[in-house]
Amino acid sequence: MNKHLKILEFALSSLSRRPCKNLGITAVFSLVVFVLSSILLLTHSFRIEALRVFNSSPHVIVQRVLGGRHDLVPIEYIKGIEEIPGVGDVTPRFWGYYYDSYVDANYTVMAAGGETSSSITMLEGSFVKEGQTGVCVLGRGISERRMTERGGVFILTASDGRFYVCDVIGVFSAESALLTNDLVIVSPEDLKRLFAIPEGMATDLVVEVHNPLEVATVAKKIKNRFPDTRPITREEILATYDTIFNWRSGLMLTVFTAAVLAFCILAWDKATGLSAEEKREIGILKAIGWETSDVLELKFWEGAVVSVLSFLTGLGAGYVHVFFLGAPLFLPALKGWSTLFPDLRLLPYIDLYQILILASLTVLPYIASTMVPSWKAAITDPDAVMRG
Amino acid sequence: MRHRVFIGFIIAEAVCLLFFYLFSLLEIERRRPEVDARRELVRVLMLTDLAVWTEARYTRHPSQADLFSPFQDSPSSIEHFPAGSLIAPPWRGGRRGGYGHHFER
Repeated sequence: MNKHLKILEFALSSLSRRPCKNLGITAVFSLVVFVLSSILLLTHSFRIEALRVFNSSPHVIVQRVLGGRHDLVPIEYIKGIEEIPGVGDVTPRFWGYYYDSYVDANYTVMAAGGETSSSITMLEGSFVKEGQTGVCVLGRGISERRMTERGGVFILTASDGRFYVCDVIGVFSAESALLTNDLVIVSPEDLKRLFAIPEGMATDLVVEVHNPLEVATVAKKIKNRFPDTRPITREEILATYDTIFNWRSGLMLTVFTAAVLAFCILAWDKATGLSAEEKREIGILKAIGWETSDVLELKFWEGAVVSVLSFLTGLGAGYVHVFFLGAPLFLPALKGWSTLFPDLRLLPYIDLYQILILASLTVLPYIASTMVPSWKAAITDPDAVMRG
Repeated sequence: MRHRVFIGFIIAEAVCLLFFYLFSLLEIERRRPEVDARRELVRVLMLTDLAVWTEARYTRHPSQADLFSPFQDSPSSIEHFPAGSLIAPPWRGGRRGGYGHHFER
């Protein structure tokens, strides 16, 4: 044990003889781990959040597709869908998009209201009650952008050009912003008037299936019975979010790949050879009686000191960046052109498997790339090594 | 002497990370009612998507977007919303295919 500690002491002395080079490598290595761990933590947290909350999304959503585009669906389809065995309630949904030119933002306007809404707790104020018109509930993002609070007035322009004025009776809480930031909730009557939705039509239909195992079969039967529809199952919604927030997707993969490549260049630079000074040092150690195994242990410690220190520093900084600071460095890329981006209050879900993979992809290759060229030098005759 | 400082520093960092991990477990447990409330919100309002990217139909509701939305009005037009770059179609056994798994239908 004492011998290993002495070799570690020697390795630290050896590293401190080249402070600029080794501090530089440690800084770059930490930065690479910081970027990689930030991506992994951020995407994993988003993914788990989406998968958990959308686990209670509708079993099947039935859209009507006309000319390749989403179109209004006739409410009379409900009768035909309810006849399919295994189908429970079929509910029409009324919703649409509204572009607010005053603040350059898109809202999602939805109709809701009824007895079930009493279970909504993430709300300051009250919710739209059945039959209550001329009122609305706003998402936190809209409330802040339009500077309208509960008790204020919210004005939208209806499809016929007239102003639709409603009293703000509630604002969704900040904790729900990931789901409600751009939502405007009004009564179904108000929404139909706002968007001029013809009587007997809905935006889409929500189908409840008694047995969750039969959802795919029911979706297929709906498609067979109404060929102009497109049923979207809960599984597909979950699969979509699993894909979007998978670290192997899209831009995240691009950033991830760039960071991995930067690390590969760093490791490759180490692996392609030793400097003349390092070779001479190995030659002297061998000449004064060090075994090859001792030299390899020294180089192992040198690699381990840099890589373990960098990994722990990078991982800790990544955690602070994502979960304490809200990932400010990735925010410009994440936001895109979104003008109503919610405050990220992500839950710190951590996947230990991903962390272990990250460790094995960074620490181990770096140690190996430090040891391999040293091993080549250590098995050569000391005199030949010292002479270069 | 140096090795003591180094080992002490590594142990301090490891303890710090362990603290972060334990903090995560406690925070997830503490905010469990918040997640349940969001799940209830999804159930009652019949929501299907996160309100993250609001600039286009297919970024606001990626799970509900019609199949041509990412190409806007022409199949050959270039994707122009940055958020679209974040969303890759799922890998489906050797070929790429649309949001969710809708191409089978």
